[in-house]
Amino acid sequence: MLKNRIIPCLDVKNGRVVKGINFVELKDAGDPVEQAKIYSDGGADEICFLDITASNENRETIIDIVRKTAKECFVPLTVGGGVRTIQNITDLLLAGADKVSINTAAVKDVSFVKEASKKFGSQCIVVAIDAKKVSDNKWEVFTHGGRNKTGIDAVEFAKQVETNGAGEILLTSMDRDGTKSGYDVELLKVITDKTNIPVIASGGVGTLDHLYDGIVKGGASAVLAASIFHYGEHKIKDAKEYLNSKNVSVRL
Amino acid sequence: MNVTIVDYQSGNISSVINSFTEVARDKVNLKVTSDISKIKSSDKIVLPGQGSFKSCVDSLNRISGLADTLKDFAITNKKPLLGICVGLQMFADIGYEEAETKGLGWISGKVSKIDNQKGKFKLPHIGWNEIEIQKESKIFKDIKNKSHMYFVHSFEFIPEDPSVISATTDYSSKIVCAVERDNLFGTQFHPEKSDKIGLKVIDNFLKL
Repeated sequence: MLKNRIIPCLDVKNGRVVKGINFVELKDAGDPVEQAKIYSDGGADEICFLDITASNENRETIIDIVRKTAKECFVPLTVGGGVRTIQNITDLLLAGADKVSINTAAVKDVSFVKEASKKFGSQCIVVAIDAKKVSDNKWEVFTHGGRNKTGIDAVEFAKQVETNGAGEILLTSMDRDGTKSGYDVELLKVITDKTNIPVIASGGVGTLDHLYDGIVKGGASAVLAASIFHYGEHKIKDAKEYLNSKNVSVRL
Repeated sequence: MNVTIVDYQSGNISSVINSFTEVARDKVNLKVTSDISKIKSSDKIVLPGQGSFKSCVDSLNRISGLADTLKDFAITNKKPLLGICVGLQMFADIGYEEAETKGLGWISGKVSKIDNQKGKFKLPHIGWNEIEIQKESKIFKDIKNKSHMYFVHSFEFIPEDPSVISATTDYSSKIVCAVERDNLFGTQFHPEKSDKIGLKVIDNFLKL
């Protein structure tokens, strides 16, 4: 049986791990390579790096960190942030990333997803969708860390990226991100129902119960979280044991 | 011992290189190349493969003499070869990803899309799944039945002769996830991404 994945996410800026409250007020908390190794040794099913300011400041992604991490972690490594060109993807994959996550570039032109999945295979193309609730049962896609409104319906966009060859969707609720009030389960449910590719839930985890909700109520194939693992509130192992005790199958 | 990871522009092989480097340390002379003469003089070969069946077969055939050299190595001379993911799938006669494409024809069978039971199972099959060991296998030495391995694929290899199947995994049906015949090995999962247990598979292969 396929296990539900737990993915710690390391938001990286200037080579250091940071995590903000609604993407502002960043705190510095650790070396990404060391953190990734701790997570991987602790049973993380994958590791995710997000260069959160890349889109904004037009910076290169964190090739060097990826290269060092990939030599020490033998679980899948996903890297996102500022992935705009085929060359960006090539550089990250050559450095040792297993998947790349595309956000703004996919919103600007969904055919980029098609081009990338055709060239590298769907297995390494994740599309990150940042969605904000705009009215009842309606969510809109945002870019640039939640600053830019696009007018694009999140559900329609999710279907579109699937058609264009995305292997997975990393779905972040911008309303919940950094709030610790739990995933936007309604948003997750509608997107997991309307698509046939795995969806990774992101944004808002504050307790282990939230992970449970993301999988069981939201239908996510994987749950991503940063702060609860990052500040040592919970270990990956605790999260897995908790989920297992509630009959959610995980890799123990 | 000389081990060659075949680099035929089949997509991202960095992780394969990293994990084999980690396990090999200084015991094994590891090369990453598509050079025919270097492949011929190897003791063992690793054949990775990412992307579609068609793109991998096309890339392999673009390198003149590579397919024949690999066949001589693995089939005629029965020297150890490990195919990973699409590297394994290419052992088949035929694949149906993108377009009907002829495979290497080393193990009779076909590569078809996983039946996801009308959307009940999401594709790709991504993540950690348990392997069910079907026969004694040299590369599963000291690996417990039901160990978790990392998968990412939408197509499955269906061999004609079930006796080649060394492990299956359960995803909508029993999917073939490892084959073994003489010194020909293949894994649908990614040992290079399967944590310590995956590195053990690699270690077993290197110790053959």
